[in-house]
Amino acid sequence: MSTLVATSAPEARSSQGFRVAMLLPGALVTLLLILFALGLVLFLAFRGNDGSLLGAGFTVANFVTVVSDPLYWTVTLRSLIIAALVTLATVVTAYPVAYYLAFHAGRRRGLLLFLVTLPFWTSYLLRVFAWKIVLAYNGVLNSALIESGIWSEPTLAFLNTPAAVVVTLAHAYAPFAILPIYVALDTIPKSLIEAASDLGARPFTSFRRIVLPNSMPGVLAAALVVFVPTVGDYVTPALVGGPASTMIGTLIQAQFGKANDWPFGAALSVAVMLVILCVVLVARFADRRFGSRT
Amino acid sequence: MSTARTQGGGRWLGMYVAAYLVFLYLPVLLIPLFSFNNSIQAAFPLQGFTLQWYATLFGNSALTGALLNSLAIGAFAATGATLCGITVSYMDLYGRSPLAATISAIARLPILIPGVIVGISLLILINLVGLGPSRVAIVLGHILVALPTTVVIMRSRFAAIPKTIREAALDLGASDWTTFRRVMLPLSLPAIVSAFMLAFLISFDEFIVVFFLAGTEPTLPLYIWSQLRFPRSLPTVMALGTSILAVSFVIAATAEILRHRGLSATAPKRADPSQPKQTKRGELQWHST
Repeated sequence: MSTLVATSAPEARSSQGFRVAMLLPGALVTLLLILFALGLVLFLAFRGNDGSLLGAGFTVANFVTVVSDPLYWTVTLRSLIIAALVTLATVVTAYPVAYYLAFHAGRRRGLLLFLVTLPFWTSYLLRVFAWKIVLAYNGVLNSALIESGIWSEPTLAFLNTPAAVVVTLAHAYAPFAILPIYVALDTIPKSLIEAASDLGARPFTSFRRIVLPNSMPGVLAAALVVFVPTVGDYVTPALVGGPASTMIGTLIQAQFGKANDWPFGAALSVAVMLVILCVVLVARFADRRFGSRT
Repeated sequence: MSTARTQGGGRWLGMYVAAYLVFLYLPVLLIPLFSFNNSIQAAFPLQGFTLQWYATLFGNSALTGALLNSLAIGAFAATGATLCGITVSYMDLYGRSPLAATISAIARLPILIPGVIVGISLLILINLVGLGPSRVAIVLGHILVALPTTVVIMRSRFAAIPKTIREAALDLGASDWTTFRRVMLPLSLPAIVSAFMLAFLISFDEFIVVFFLAGTEPTLPLYIWSQLRFPRSLPTVMALGTSILAVSFVIAATAEILRHRGLSATAPKRADPSQPKQTKRGELQWHST
């Protein structure tokens, strides 16, 4: 009780000026640069294109085109499939690494955590570029295969395929997936696992019934941080994907570039955000359903 | 847990982790490898050692201009993002207002928006306010892109400072401002430096958003992008890429070390092992699970 009284007195004196000054930078950035800017996209999506900045007249024609033109269904579906494959690949490959970090790494944990987070801070463009030189016709992979006598002549089969996009994106976003899963695994009380084995559960059973369900929030968070940037990516398709792997981000970028139809590009962006919203809601639902927590 | 079984499983897992690290690093390390290769093609067999591609980096005025732009933009964007990260997370934790909590939640929202949409939304905004594509526009965009990182770092740092320290300062009559400036800021200095460095790196390497916001003065990633069309300039790009990777590694390593050192310095000692050690290591947790 005494501490309550003691702390509440200075709290009451808290200067209003301090609060305003502390809230101002964040409020400016979040309200203006995030919310207002996103509001502009939503506004523009319902405008006709007359070449001016904010378009003219209100219309739903942009959305009608997005929904009725099969091109956009194809590209959206392709983006979703590529992003889903990338997400699956990164999460599944990252899980054992996170598991090792949480339960087996011991003294090496600090170093390993450092090694898996380091690529996180290196240039995304350079990581994609690295794959371009690996997969190119006269690139690293082809020349290495020929040099080692496995193949007799270079193949075009690597570059400019959707598979190249999946591999490149999975590599580029790999570091994103490990940390959320590791944090979830690391916060599972060790006593739970010990209790399971004391009660006679075999290691696999205790993994399936205790560790996996408890780490689901981390898995879903990892899936989300990989899925979101991947589904809207336009750099990787442009560098290693070729025309057969055009993604929705490519189309949005083109509307604000060559095609110069900003309202339509805004409508595409709104459609992508709706798709992501659906995915987030499904993830939330799955989290509540399967992520049984203690 | 049976230790024998754990050891055996651990060995297989350890080998998997080693293979994973090779996959993670090998493609990126090819860039430095071929930047010293005496050939236009990035292909085996290696053609001998050369430094000529590094020599082409010097005296290239377009490259120098892009580098200076990137450095200036990175410094301004990192300052802005760190300032916002400090204030947003501090008010989120101690402001006791729904507004502060909302701002903090929105500040972490850009993780859930693809970069291309962040880029076009800012493009519309800067044209609306008459700024147009420019270096100022890029700084604003990079503040936004780096904001989730600085907020997450500063939030976990402030949260790791024992509550009693701040309460003691307030009890002894320090004003909110004094407590913040004389107690909380000095205690979180390593995290502030770390957040600044990582925000700088994010800006320095950022491509997806800057693509929409750049006027006539490109940043370094935009310069690289413009060079990728020309097969002849690939070795130069690799030499430049190697230099950027080296600098990024040094900055990121320093930032990580600072972040962890800062955390362990004042974190409460692990007296009670049964307590969940959520923020002990201060790993970046993007989503509150």
